[in-house]
Amino acid sequence: MLDAVDKGYFHSVHLLEDKCKGCVNCIKRCPTEAIRVRDGKAHIIEVRCIDCGECVRNCPNKAKTVLADSMTRLKDYKINVALPAPAVYGQFREGTDPRKVLAALLSIGFDHVIDVAFAADMVARKVREVLERPMEVRPLISSACPAVIRLIQVRFPNLIEHIIPMLSPMRAAANIAKHEFLDKPGAQADQVGIWFITPCPGKVSAINDPEGIEESTITGAIPIAEVYPLIREKLRDDTAISAMVDKLKVGSGLGVGWARSGGENQAIGGSRQIAVDGIHNVIQILEEVERGKLSDIDYIEAQACVGGCVGGVLTVENSFITRRRIRLLASENADDVQHDDLISSALECEDWFRHDKPIEPRPTLKLDDDMAVAIRKMEQMERIVEDLPGLDCGSCGAPNCQALAEDVVRGLATEMDCMFKLRERVTELAGEMMLLAEKVPPAMGHVEKKAEEKHAVGEHSTKPEPEPDK
Amino acid sequence: MNDTVASLHFKFEVNGGDFAKAGDASSRVKKILQQIGADQAIIRRVAIACYEAEMNVVIHARHGFVVLDADLEKIIIVVDDEGPGIEDIELAMTPGYSTAPDSVREMGFGAGMGLPNMKSCSNEMEIHSRRDVGTTIRMVFENA
Repeated sequence: MLDAVDKGYFHSVHLLEDKCKGCVNCIKRCPTEAIRVRDGKAHIIEVRCIDCGECVRNCPNKAKTVLADSMTRLKDYKINVALPAPAVYGQFREGTDPRKVLAALLSIGFDHVIDVAFAADMVARKVREVLERPMEVRPLISSACPAVIRLIQVRFPNLIEHIIPMLSPMRAAANIAKHEFLDKPGAQADQVGIWFITPCPGKVSAINDPEGIEESTITGAIPIAEVYPLIREKLRDDTAISAMVDKLKVGSGLGVGWARSGGENQAIGGSRQIAVDGIHNVIQILEEVERGKLSDIDYIEAQACVGGCVGGVLTVENSFITRRRIRLLASENADDVQHDDLISSALECEDWFRHDKPIEPRPTLKLDDDMAVAIRKMEQMERIVEDLPGLDCGSCGAPNCQALAEDVVRGLATEMDCMFKLRERVTELAGEMMLLAEKVPPAMGHVEKKAEEKHAVGEHSTKPEPEPDK
Repeated sequence: MNDTVASLHFKFEVNGGDFAKAGDASSRVKKILQQIGADQAIIRRVAIACYEAEMNVVIHARHGFVVLDADLEKIIIVVDDEGPGIEDIELAMTPGYSTAPDSVREMGFGAGMGLPNMKSCSNEMEIHSRRDVGTTIRMVFENA
């Protein structure tokens, strides 16, 4: 695990204060309204952040970063096992044999590799079994994308029961690694490093702060972007690695296909399914589920990144290009599942695939624990909203006027944080100052009056009296 | 509801035929209930019933309102529309009965489950309707 695990929720997405200019790009796009600009810096509200990486993607100043592990950590372990996400395969040019990519991983510092696409093949089969049973809760939602799980915990706690209690392919691969390298007699757990090669910050957080399982067997997560140049170098002159490929176990094309949106459903098979990608689209679909509109759908494959995992912020290649490559790999090796003892024993072992702990809600919308207080705050909030300009400009540091009103009733901001309200107030004050300026001290007034009298003897003064002070 | 008790009142406009915005009022109602910390299971029932009622306005009526009143004991949703009215309420309550035109059914609405769903989600439901004038549906949910 990373050293920087705080108490409470772990987050892989962080702010680099010196790069942040305090612009409003990230606050406007954050799907959970988890960012506020304070003192000119876009701070993340930890309880709301789902580590989806939208802010990393949208920051023009590269001020949002992902805290992940680095290849240098491999030296701390005697044996290192790589669990490459299927998205890795899409990073290299068309025609690259996935087994060569695995072989390259073995020549850059890893001792073993368990293909996550291979685990995905097994998970797909397990999901299919669940979908074939009569279901009380429909539709079920895939548990593969950790940012979607967090989104449901934070914004759709109602839908937790819809999450399929099934481990993600990454977790299933970790269980295979555990079986192969940790559960063997004489194995020393502290000498084995199990590393997920990750396309996204969501997985980094899922590893350091797991949901649905008691304990994580994965040591850490290394970004695809970090291993990319190392693998590329090995692929350039591939004579050394070509000799290794025969011994490597690679997932089927369908397993690899999980890297792109729609691939998971394709691997599971069936027609009463929806694939949704992009966190804002996911929100819309989850709204539909909450309205009870999708009861004729069995399964929802939902991924936070546009295009699926290939769109993760820790990948290298353009996701539209990788999506095509993954699709080609999926169709070329569609039936290439390697059956062996490992698969058959794994498929019998439910524990390898099941959540062993319920996923808890993390609701963040509640204004107060006491409902009477919350109701009053709600009313107050509505009055504030009506009084705000409704431009949702973000200059106050909150993503929109509604969010500012919410911050005000929570005691985290004031109405004067709104530029327009401030300007209004300044105008009022300026008006008051003008009035004050016109107010003449009695002594001066006396002098003036005398002067007037001198110049206009016999005439009545037409100068209006200054208004009394408010 | 008087002012000394904690209570809230919200009113949202719904326009007949505006499918693009259909569901916005129910989404707002849902968020408000989450913000006051209502029970998740109750929110779910309100969200479903309110959405069905809102859709009825969009599908059948010209114009209407979704009104939310909530206090510590009750959540009340009133959906009031100007529209054709319901000719035979008892018949309309029959699961599967629908007067929605084909164009609307093609969009996946109008399956004839709206009113039965609303009734099963709420603790009390009253319907008042006058032919060619409009319909008022009042749903009460125990907030505890």
